[in-house]
Amino acid sequence: MASPIKAPPTSLQELIKGLWRENPIFVIVIGLCPTMAITTTVINGLVMGAATTFVLAASSAMISGLRKAIPGPVRISVYVVIIATFVSVADWSLAAWLPEAHKQLGAFIALIVVNCIILGRAEAFAAKNPVVPSIADGIGMGLGFTLVLVMISAPREVLGAGTFLGIPLFGKSFEPWVIMVMPPGGFLTLAAELSLLAWWKDRSEKKKAALSAPLQEAV
Amino acid sequence: MSTPKEPGSFAIIGTLALAGLLSGLILVVVFLATQPNILANKARALEAAVRLVVPNAASAQPYEFVGGKLQPYKGAAGVPSTNPIAYAAVNSQGQPAGYAISAEGPGFSDTIKLIYGYDAKTGRIIGMKVLESRETPGLGDKILSDAKFLSNFNALSVRPSIVPVKSGAKTLPNQVDCITGATISSKAVVKILNSSTQQWFPRLPAGN
Repeated sequence: MASPIKAPPTSLQELIKGLWRENPIFVIVIGLCPTMAITTTVINGLVMGAATTFVLAASSAMISGLRKAIPGPVRISVYVVIIATFVSVADWSLAAWLPEAHKQLGAFIALIVVNCIILGRAEAFAAKNPVVPSIADGIGMGLGFTLVLVMISAPREVLGAGTFLGIPLFGKSFEPWVIMVMPPGGFLTLAAELSLLAWWKDRSEKKKAALSAPLQEAV
Repeated sequence: MSTPKEPGSFAIIGTLALAGLLSGLILVVVFLATQPNILANKARALEAAVRLVVPNAASAQPYEFVGGKLQPYKGAAGVPSTNPIAYAAVNSQGQPAGYAISAEGPGFSDTIKLIYGYDAKTGRIIGMKVLESRETPGLGDKILSDAKFLSNFNALSVRPSIVPVKSGAKTLPNQVDCITGATISSKAVVKILNSSTQQWFPRLPAGN
């Protein structure tokens, strides 16, 4: 997995773009089901993100390696078989070595199969690119997904349970804001963060326009 | 029909078979590598649960109910039986300490899975622990942690049946104080216990 770092900058760029500029949740806005469902605690977000990153990287590698051998009409079926294989690998590995986290995430690990980030990256990237950039793309998208899961689960856990990574923060007098760990809290947090991001983007674009305007007039 | 590069059915079937074969190979290897650990984890979790509901338990053996008789379960640890299972626990001196029985039923949201301890000599429930539930956080999920609620199950009579009462109103040994704000979840636990104990208690001999 160290190859994308040593590889030419193109692969590194493929990795970095998933973190922010083409972030799967905040920018492409896909894969929202697990984002809503499991972000009640930070540790859930981290484990889910790690499992998804593994599945993304491994299936991207295999799909990219076989891309010339897979006939077009059956490519989706082959992708799903490959993705399902690595999801089972992730599922069993978690059950064997992190039983507590596996129990918490329950069916959502198996549901990575239908996470559209993975099939989306297979179709949009791995099917058209060599192995190394595909792995980089998979890892980047996975890390971007993990980043957002942590950004959503942190306020939810802190406000809704008064803990961070399971460590109590406020003492006994704290009354948890329970709605934050219930489904509406997920929507509220995602909406708040998406609108903050949109406001920030809008503001920086206006700034850029204001800076370049006098120049254009001068020319 | 007119597309020139339509792949033949052999190529399609061949690719699908190859993909299936490859994924099958990966799965077999990973399955063999993880299975011992997964089974050990399950067995450990179960043992811990038995110890929680049967206070003096040192070890426990699974028994299954087949054809109207109770007999030792011979399947591998962690592999579920298709028959109803009870765990007979013994204390450190090898004396019978009670039974642990798992049960499940509908809660306020989704199925509640729990395990409870039964002392065949006194005919009472001696402990209860919710293993899996999706009750409302902050309200219904108190059935997992509320110490006062859980103490209801330390010596609970099941005759003629367990009766849920308002918080603090418990006067008889077969009554359970519900949790304020979690009445439905508390009653769900009682209902699960009532149906499971009626089914199980006649099957279990007093001397293990």
